[in-house]
Amino acid sequence: MTPRIGALMRAATVALAAATLLLAGCATTQSRVDPFEPWNRAMFEVNDVVDGKVVKPIAEAYVKYTPPLIRSGIANFFGNIEDLFVGINNVLEGNGNRAGDDFGRVLLNSTFGVGGLFDLASMMGIERHNQDFGITFGKWGFPQGPYFFVPLFGPTTLRDGTGTAIRLYLGPTTYIFNDVPIRNVVYGLGGLDARANALGTESMVDQAALDRYRFIRNAYLRARNYQVFDGKPPPEVDDPGE
Amino acid sequence: MCNRMFATLVLALGVSLPAWAQEAPDAMVKRVAEDVLTQIRSDKELQAGNQAKVKQIIETKLVPNFDFARMTALAMGRHWKSATPEQQKQLTDQFRTLLVRTYSGALSNYRDNTMDYKPLRMNAGDTEVTVRTEVRRQGQAPVQIDYSMEKTAEGWKAYDVIVAGVSLVTNYRDEFSDTVKASGIDGLIAALNKKNAGAPPLAK
Repeated sequence: MTPRIGALMRAATVALAAATLLLAGCATTQSRVDPFEPWNRAMFEVNDVVDGKVVKPIAEAYVKYTPPLIRSGIANFFGNIEDLFVGINNVLEGNGNRAGDDFGRVLLNSTFGVGGLFDLASMMGIERHNQDFGITFGKWGFPQGPYFFVPLFGPTTLRDGTGTAIRLYLGPTTYIFNDVPIRNVVYGLGGLDARANALGTESMVDQAALDRYRFIRNAYLRARNYQVFDGKPPPEVDDPGE
Repeated sequence: MCNRMFATLVLALGVSLPAWAQEAPDAMVKRVAEDVLTQIRSDKELQAGNQAKVKQIIETKLVPNFDFARMTALAMGRHWKSATPEQQKQLTDQFRTLLVRTYSGALSNYRDNTMDYKPLRMNAGDTEVTVRTEVRRQGQAPVQIDYSMEKTAEGWKAYDVIVAGVSLVTNYRDEFSDTVKASGIDGLIAALNKKNAGAPPLAK
């Protein structure tokens, strides 16, 4: 681990612990998990406008006009970078075997998979895992903290958002692409790829939910909990007091 | 034990099981899922999103394998008992319609997926089981989909679907409970009605 990552992780851990304590004190008035619901709902609406008018149409055009092979190449390229961080997090959580799979994927796909454009590892049966800093913090015992809806980023919590911030800070597009305009294009493309992948789920939520904001929040929190507890979350208590 | 030996014997002889023999829950999930996937993959109209056709597949292949009354009762939680039989019927109908509409929109997305079926843990005489599956998509982490199933007179039926740890029934329980608290059971029926009539989703 480089000194940079080490220092950052320590700082993040301290900040997260402090913020969790601080917010735990004032998070009792509104819903337990979503103390800033009015603010979040406003952000949700901001996102609807910005996303609906700009980002979503671009993502839909991207899906419509990009040949599938190129699109899967782009998705694989970003997936390959992500696999590196999946591996790092599996190390941080003590999952040696899984980390071995993840780093093996990166190695295979970066070399024989032409810099990550082809996902050879999946074809060979080495599966991709779901893992990130938010899950690692969860396994280390940090609660999710208050829920936030961030325009263009979507649902997150104090814990998961801290993880995302660390992830974004670490790059590694920063190291690979020195030229700032090129780097920005790469970031943009990565965001577009992520947005395009969410189109299917989104239309389903639109159809399923009576209240999209609530539906997304509850599904997000449960799915994250499930990941932190490796698919065996403690049973939910009915919460009539909310 | 004897049942299993008989089943093995029948299979070993290459004779299909008689229609009256009850299909095991995991076998049922696999049969239905593969049947639907095969149809989606081979039918261009389904892939293009021909809604009439999609709906027909869902109504004939999927709907008969779900217990919507139980799903609705579970999603209503403690409010189910305070609903009149007429309200219960309306809630079940509306919830069923909502789910069918939701899956109609999503079905063609599953074309490139493959399914893995996990071994079933079940004791003889069990009337409730969880059938575990995994959906695989090229280049992405597999998604767990579990079906909570119950044994009924007409065979096994699903009463909950848990996608990546998110139970359909539980997620709707929050939705239903908030709506009932705000506007009563009739308010919930009206909200479902409106949703099913094609009203745009409410962000409130």
